[in-house]
Amino acid sequence: MTLAANPPRNTPWSRTISVLRDVMSRPSGAIGLFLVAFHVVLAIVSPWIVPHDYKAMNSAMMLTGPDAAHWLGTDHLGRDVFSRVLLGGREALLVTGIATPIAVTWGGFGGILFGLIGGRVDEVLMRVVDAFLSLPWILKMLVLIVTFGTGIEVLIPTLAFFYGIPVIRIARAATHDVVARDFVSAARARGHSRLTIIRRELLPNVLDTLMVEGAMRWSWMLLAFSSLSFLGFGVSPPTPDWGLMIADARGFMSFAPWGVLGPVIALSSLIIGINLTADALAKALGIDRAQKAPV
Amino acid sequence: MSAPLIEIRDISVGFTGKSGATLPVLRNIDLTVKAGESIGIVGESGSGKSTLALAAMGYLKRGLRLLEGSVAFQGQDMFARTRTELEKIRGGELALIPQNSGQSLTPTLRIGAQLIEALRLHSDVPQAEFSAKAIELLGQVRLPDPAAIMTRFPHELSGGQQQRAAIAMALAGEPTALLLDEPTTGLDVTTQAHILELLRDIARNRDMAMVYVSHDLGAIARVCDRVVVMYAGEVVLDGSTRQVLKAPVHPYARGLLASIPRLSDPRLPVALDGRPPAPGGAGQGCSFVDRCALAQEQCRSRRPVLERLPSGESVRCFRHEHAEDLSLTGSGAIPAKLDSDAVPALRLDDVAIRYNRPRLLDKLLGRDSASVATVDGIEITVAKGETLGLVGESGSGKSTILKAVAGLLPPSDGRITVAGGEALAPEVEQRSPDHLRRIQLIFQNPDDSLNPRQTIAQILEQPLKLYFGLSGDALHQRSAEILERVRLGAHYLDRLPSQLSGGEKQRVAIARAFAADPDLVLCDEVTSALDVSVQAAVLDLLNDLKSTQGTTYVFVSHDLAVVRALSDRVAVLYQGRLCELGPSADVYATPSHPYTEVLLGAVLEPDPDTAPTLSADDVVELSPPVRGCPFQRRCPRKIGPICDTDAPPWRYRADGHGIRCHHTIEDLETVQRKDVAERCA
Repeated sequence: MTLAANPPRNTPWSRTISVLRDVMSRPSGAIGLFLVAFHVVLAIVSPWIVPHDYKAMNSAMMLTGPDAAHWLGTDHLGRDVFSRVLLGGREALLVTGIATPIAVTWGGFGGILFGLIGGRVDEVLMRVVDAFLSLPWILKMLVLIVTFGTGIEVLIPTLAFFYGIPVIRIARAATHDVVARDFVSAARARGHSRLTIIRRELLPNVLDTLMVEGAMRWSWMLLAFSSLSFLGFGVSPPTPDWGLMIADARGFMSFAPWGVLGPVIALSSLIIGINLTADALAKALGIDRAQKAPV
Repeated sequence: MSAPLIEIRDISVGFTGKSGATLPVLRNIDLTVKAGESIGIVGESGSGKSTLALAAMGYLKRGLRLLEGSVAFQGQDMFARTRTELEKIRGGELALIPQNSGQSLTPTLRIGAQLIEALRLHSDVPQAEFSAKAIELLGQVRLPDPAAIMTRFPHELSGGQQQRAAIAMALAGEPTALLLDEPTTGLDVTTQAHILELLRDIARNRDMAMVYVSHDLGAIARVCDRVVVMYAGEVVLDGSTRQVLKAPVHPYARGLLASIPRLSDPRLPVALDGRPPAPGGAGQGCSFVDRCALAQEQCRSRRPVLERLPSGESVRCFRHEHAEDLSLTGSGAIPAKLDSDAVPALRLDDVAIRYNRPRLLDKLLGRDSASVATVDGIEITVAKGETLGLVGESGSGKSTILKAVAGLLPPSDGRITVAGGEALAPEVEQRSPDHLRRIQLIFQNPDDSLNPRQTIAQILEQPLKLYFGLSGDALHQRSAEILERVRLGAHYLDRLPSQLSGGEKQRVAIARAFAADPDLVLCDEVTSALDVSVQAAVLDLLNDLKSTQGTTYVFVSHDLAVVRALSDRVAVLYQGRLCELGPSADVYATPSHPYTEVLLGAVLEPDPDTAPTLSADDVVELSPPVRGCPFQRRCPRKIGPICDTDAPPWRYRADGHGIRCHHTIEDLETVQRKDVAERCA
């Protein structure tokens, strides 16, 4: 309601900047963004800063506790846990970092299309989606991985496919809210094509929801990736990975807890960071369900 | 003289702005309400009228603070009371009736249960008599079959019935004062008139005080003894209803009255240009100075005080003695009339529209599931350059017809043709680019029809790119030109809709429609989301565009006075069927269709000397009758069984004025004239 005589110019970046500023001004956003940035930077630079070779085994130093040389001790093969924790997020971040945008893009586009078309086609396709979602995810994923093998080239499309499906639901629901508004009717009455309506009218209004959804999907995908590694279907040894490390070290947890603790803290801090960021982003964009902020 | 019931002393309310400064929403307001008195608070949106009414309950919306002053109810400070004490008073001695009761009633509880809860909390009625008392209350608010209403859920009632149920709940605590926040806004004219009569009677019978907040001076005129006019968080005028509505001594009140279209005046109302200052935006002078025709140097440098005049009213203006120089009536232009042999721009040929498609099961079994059409037998021709008004209550199918013309809702029967006799494809996807360009639609609420994520430039470039393939400098230049035409400058191009006022947004929506250089513009309640002073400006703009561009309008509105101000011809719809069609001057005069008569009778003019005539019940019908006249169930002039069985014939007068009724024109004329004569006597 309060209007300045000359409101700020609305360049394509002005909103992005003001939203980022808003996210940073919230405690959850500041902590979350710091954690995420920390992990991303670490994943990039870790090969150059690790104190030890991650695959150097030492039969004389198996499961030794933390000391000055090995800050997080060694594992059952005598490898340095600290180095492996530093490197253990690289695969996970690479795979999920590529798979998440793909999942959000295809799921988002599908959802917007279903939402726009509506009617029976939409109803039938959504029941298919429901049926698909009712199967346990790990089962579906294992089928694909067992058929096609593990490797990144299989994991990325698999995760992108499965994590795109719930995005359809979210994008469709968001689209339904927008489609009912008069500016979409106005665009239809002018005779714009469906693609133009999606691009100009729907997408800008659904994008906020998709961004928050993407962040949430990313954290779930990280957990899924680590779970697959834990089960032995993700990263193959000797490449270090948090899920794999937890699996390897869990047998010695009672007397050598550092082997589990290191990767668990690393993984949790990343996931908590992503979730906090998503939370702050939702509040900054005014799509937080619990506390609807004025747009 | 009795002690004041509500005493508001010099209160100021404000919030902390982004810059950290305290921005006032209410400034130094004094208001006393005596027992049994009904006071109207009027003002445009943002004037602080609702905030003031809620402050009288000791309540402020989140973020607002009491800066100074006090509010006393029955002598006790409301802001000093504890939560428990306030809970006892609110809903008991002091009850609120909000604007949209559909939203304030609990959707999962039956009406009876909600009423009984109000009785338990706020009355001395013994438990055993709760039900009986609740039924009695529902009867007092004139709900038909109160016992049945007890068992209904809120969504099973119509808007008017919900509002009545809310009034019954407020009455449960035997209040001494009622606060009403726009209680009839959003209701149909006949429903509104009935609710106001009800409130008037209740207040008189119970000697209850009322504080009635509304932007609608017609409603205020009907129920209030005294009127307080608010502007930018200040009281600018306070006087008896007659003083304020007949001879207001504040320039803003005069401007506001002049901007209201009247049924009795075919001229366009006068727009009040400019907009009120934002909270904290009023300088050290008078807050109205920028829009005031009487402003002088002293008005800018000093803030006037609320001065009590010998005649009894209080006014906040240095130049109130000169206020009478300002015209009170529409000096606006009379819409240009057009020659009768103009070519048709739009023709609807026996158009019918159905919302419900045949059900799959019925289709498979070959059953005929076709229900009664929502809109049926629409036969209208609109001449080039003409404005056709479509009026009717909600559910009359007026917007549905516009959607069918726009191609958003394909008709199930009939043909729609445009100039030159070219048939329009029923669905927008099948229409030629030329047809699409020639018909443009303007929606009711610009907040909903403008994409919040697009700048004004992006909004305007859509039709320009699509229909004319403009780009680069030509596009920018054309956009700027179109904005000028709707009296906005090129500097608006970079803004987002959220950075514009309501009236400016609607101008952008109009600009977008006119960017296509259309022949036919469909206006769907385009002014009903706007303040009256803004409405007048938008009507003036539309009229201006019509005379310069030769555009044809189909203008849909529930407001008969607005339609009168703009239309050459008017079509009256009830339940998706035409009742009457003719030149507006004829439709608004006797004789008219019984439904038109009911509608016209229910219109509230901002004049304390007029009273609505309520000749039909405010029943809301959900679907039209299968046979006979669509108005058969509510008609005050029903003849007999023939109305239930046979569709009424069109009866024409010489000037192309048709009435669809079993009564002959002569009969209607005689009986209606007799009624008017009786009422006058």
